[in-house]
Amino acid sequence: MMESVIDVVLSGLILGGLYALIAVGLSLQYGVGRVLNVSHGEFIMLAALATFSLYTVAGIHPLLAVAVVAPLLFVIGFALDRTIFNDLRRTSIDQDHFEGRSLLVSFGLLFVIQNVMLSFWGAGLRGYSILNTPVTILGHRYGLNRVIALVVAVTASVAFYLFIRHTRLGKAIRAAAERPDMAEALGVNRRRVLAICFGLGAGLAGLAGALYSMMFDIQASRGIELTVIAIVVVVVGGLGSITGSLIGGFLLGLVIALVNFIEPSLSLVAFYLIFVLVLLIRPSGILGRQIHAD
Amino acid sequence: MLISTILREEKPALVAIPVSIVALAFAPSVVPESIGISLITVLMFAILALSWTMFSGPTGFVSLATAGLFGVGVYVSAILRDFLPIEVLILIGGAVASLLALAIGMLTLRLKGVYFILFTFGVASLIRSSVAWWETNVNGTVGRHVSGASNEVIYLLLLIIFAVALVGGFLLRHSSPGLALQAIGENQEAAEHIGVNITKLKVLTFAASSALMGMTGAVMATRFRYVDPSIAFNPLFSFLPVVMAILGGLSRLYGPLIGVTILVVLQEFLIREYPYVYLLIFGLTLVAVVLWLPGGLVELTQRLYIRLKIQWIKMRMRITRFRRIRQADRR
Repeated sequence: MMESVIDVVLSGLILGGLYALIAVGLSLQYGVGRVLNVSHGEFIMLAALATFSLYTVAGIHPLLAVAVVAPLLFVIGFALDRTIFNDLRRTSIDQDHFEGRSLLVSFGLLFVIQNVMLSFWGAGLRGYSILNTPVTILGHRYGLNRVIALVVAVTASVAFYLFIRHTRLGKAIRAAAERPDMAEALGVNRRRVLAICFGLGAGLAGLAGALYSMMFDIQASRGIELTVIAIVVVVVGGLGSITGSLIGGFLLGLVIALVNFIEPSLSLVAFYLIFVLVLLIRPSGILGRQIHAD
Repeated sequence: MLISTILREEKPALVAIPVSIVALAFAPSVVPESIGISLITVLMFAILALSWTMFSGPTGFVSLATAGLFGVGVYVSAILRDFLPIEVLILIGGAVASLLALAIGMLTLRLKGVYFILFTFGVASLIRSSVAWWETNVNGTVGRHVSGASNEVIYLLLLIIFAVALVGGFLLRHSSPGLALQAIGENQEAAEHIGVNITKLKVLTFAASSALMGMTGAVMATRFRYVDPSIAFNPLFSFLPVVMAILGGLSRLYGPLIGVTILVVLQEFLIREYPYVYLLIFGLTLVAVVLWLPGGLVELTQRLYIRLKIQWIKMRMRITRFRRIRQADRR
């Protein structure tokens, strides 16, 4: 009994770390820029496929490839916000109008990115094995790559949290999220901050994608599954709350690990059930709408 | 709205609706068979886009539950096909879909904006994954074979549902409930203050339009012949009608139909050989329309029409001025 509890908790934490990392970028993009970017999973998959190609073609280690892939995605995200979403923000009547329109545009981006990937990499399953020597934790064996992914995910999340909480840019981001007009009056260049946020969200997707490719087989059409995971985590944690999405990620990881332990075939059903129930019972999620931690 | 006003103001529509339905009824016997099969796809998406627009157009609540409601109809038909005639299946499919929509509608009253969009998407995915789980773990199958119906029968049935959707959409636009829906879309609080029963109206419209989606699903099951959850609940059934409707324009009844025709023609040309290109174009269209053409093609043609008219008036003014000068010269 104790053994299985430990097993469920550990695999829940590993899953949760990945969920949190997948979700935190989306959370940032929605929390500050109010763009519910449903093409987030596509960004992750793009990074995963790029990492795969860098490793199999050029022989670059995935943990090094991150240094190329993540900045590249940052640039793509930054440019997208500067052009498309900035335009939308300018021409929308109010916040709700903008959110609806940007959601539709990101659905469009989903199809664009997905089909660019499909034409480039094809529809097949891709994968490589690296660092998959088993390590033993508390008497249970896990792949080294999963443990590394968990460590990187937690480190990145904590680093990001500290960045948002303590640096000058982080404070500007929080200010722009909470009181846009006031932040602007105090000299925050809101357009730039928003573009940086969207870029950071995409960059975090890049990091998540590189790690994801180390752990699972990847496929160009699977991005949407990741988007759904990210959205569920973000909604559970509270739309727009970064701390919430970290907590939500681990919470959901534990729940899914538990469901996997009891009845693996129900995990997808459980996933959507949690999503729908959270939206119904507490649409604001665990931590409500806030960008900082209290 | 009074019948006399409809008669006075909507003469083109009163002619166009019956004429287009009669024309579509005779189309399969005139055009080659391959186009006749494409017409089935056109009708299917036309019904989905029209019924999506009935609720989401005026209210601005973007629903992504279409795949779920359509898929429920498909499954009703797939399960009961061997026991009941197809006409009855259509009615049951419609009824089940509208009951489901009724439940969704009642549950989502508090949700606004992105929460509503996410919820409808979540419900459609929940139904899909639940059906998939049920089929594999309880029935021990992935998909089901459905005994097919002939293309003529499928076409005729879809045409009848399409006619209902078209007339229903027309009546909705010209009735007080339709105007009240419009009011909800523009300002929900204000609509409530002038006495619109928001809850009832939204839920009933959603349920009624969903019945059409379920009915279409029930017919299409006999066209697919083999269904599994990834076919019946394909998320594209949620997305395509939305993009088609927005591309055409929501402000007119015929707007979505324009979008449907364009994208289905594009699909028929591209999907076999270049499926990725088709969906790429589809995505770019969505981005471009939301960014630059919020009113869709309907608005674009109206703008062009007005510009042409202004040019025409200017030209006539120039001609009259020219004539006057010439007459003055002669004198």
